[in-house]
Amino acid sequence: MGIKVYGPAASTNVARVLVCLEEVGAEYELVPVDMPSGEHKRPEHLARNPFGQVPAFQDGDMMLSESRAIAKYILRKGGSQLLRECNLSESAIVDVWLEVEAAQFSSAMSPIIFQCFVIPIVMGGKPDMKVVEENLEKLKKALEVYEARLSKFKYLAGEFVSLADISHFPTAHYLLGSPHASAIDAYPHVKAWIADIMARPSVKKVRELMKMASA
Amino acid sequence: MAPVTVFGSAVFANAARVLVCLEEVGIEYEVVEVDYMAKEHKGPEHLSRNPFGQIPALQDGDVMLFESRAISKYVLRKYGKASNVDLLREDSAEEAALVDVWTEVEAHHYFPAIAPIVYECVVFPARLGMQPNQKVVDESLEKLGKVLEIYEARLSKSKYLAGDFFSFADLTHFPYTYYFMKTTHASLLDKFPHVKAWWEDLMSRPSTKKHGAGMFLEP
Repeated sequence: MGIKVYGPAASTNVARVLVCLEEVGAEYELVPVDMPSGEHKRPEHLARNPFGQVPAFQDGDMMLSESRAIAKYILRKGGSQLLRECNLSESAIVDVWLEVEAAQFSSAMSPIIFQCFVIPIVMGGKPDMKVVEENLEKLKKALEVYEARLSKFKYLAGEFVSLADISHFPTAHYLLGSPHASAIDAYPHVKAWIADIMARPSVKKVRELMKMASA
Repeated sequence: MAPVTVFGSAVFANAARVLVCLEEVGIEYEVVEVDYMAKEHKGPEHLSRNPFGQIPALQDGDVMLFESRAISKYVLRKYGKASNVDLLREDSAEEAALVDVWTEVEAHHYFPAIAPIVYECVVFPARLGMQPNQKVVDESLEKLGKVLEIYEARLSKSKYLAGDFFSFADLTHFPYTYYFMKTTHASLLDKFPHVKAWWEDLMSRPSTKKHGAGMFLEP
């Protein structure tokens, strides 16, 4: 298939793409992009992703950016059921919770990940606890809604697992590895749902790649 | 069969996103007002439609949806074929992927740069009588300028964002750009002739003209 993914596995957005490739059993090459040295902002990478971000994704002649768009492409081509596109209302609800993942969950988690991981590990600095606390509050408000939802349904879009659930795993991976993992203890259905996602073979494999990349 | 119902009128940019899609596919729909100033969107009735208490929501029979981009795709997917309207291009994996890419770009790059300008210069003054926070506006204009450079490069190579075909990726830019173009910063687009031409093309569509008329907040 000639698939290449450009970017470090430790990036949540790269990991989101990798887990979809694992779900459909596709062969791919992971091409490193040295972000600490600014490789992602140089012309060669900008030609792949004009916003200078990771991932970029190549399949033959086609170059894509934006992890959730890439995820859908991979799952469709691989014949996966994780999008439920055979059913109009189910696929719509998958889309709804995929939007929620970006707008409510990852938007609160990204600053927390930056403060708790990138600043200490990559930049050798100290986290700004005010930023962490503000975003933990936002996250908890979102988790209240998730708890209510997951009390009614096994997964976000219904009784079936979908991309909407799996799309949360990269940021959940960092939450679990942070000093704030206990934030989910107050939300037992959320906690169980995260554990269920983390038990998927595809997720386990990519989490290993993420840990290797962070080392 | 009850028509499709949208909760939230076109004055709300995210509702307008959905409404133009409904116009494009040409089905019957009704709009139910949600009283923002009275915080109706945070009340129990609306929370049962959208648990995050945001506008819009859409009901189609038994299906209740929120998140305007998800709702829009549902509308286009369900009703497009019957009206010969194909704004998602799902018969082609590659075209659909490009529509998805530029839809995500709107959500993650364009919207975060343009929305603060719309809130500061249009929404907060009109709804809350506040003056714009110039620092926020200036920072956002700088970000938006960088984003528009990328759009200019893209639209110099293809007529529309996903290729030479009009798609949801273009249409999804309508609501926030419409409000932005009411502000004194509209002239920013003059620096990007392909973007400007693309915007004028977008505004020539009956759907955007119709719902633009309902976006009555003024800077």
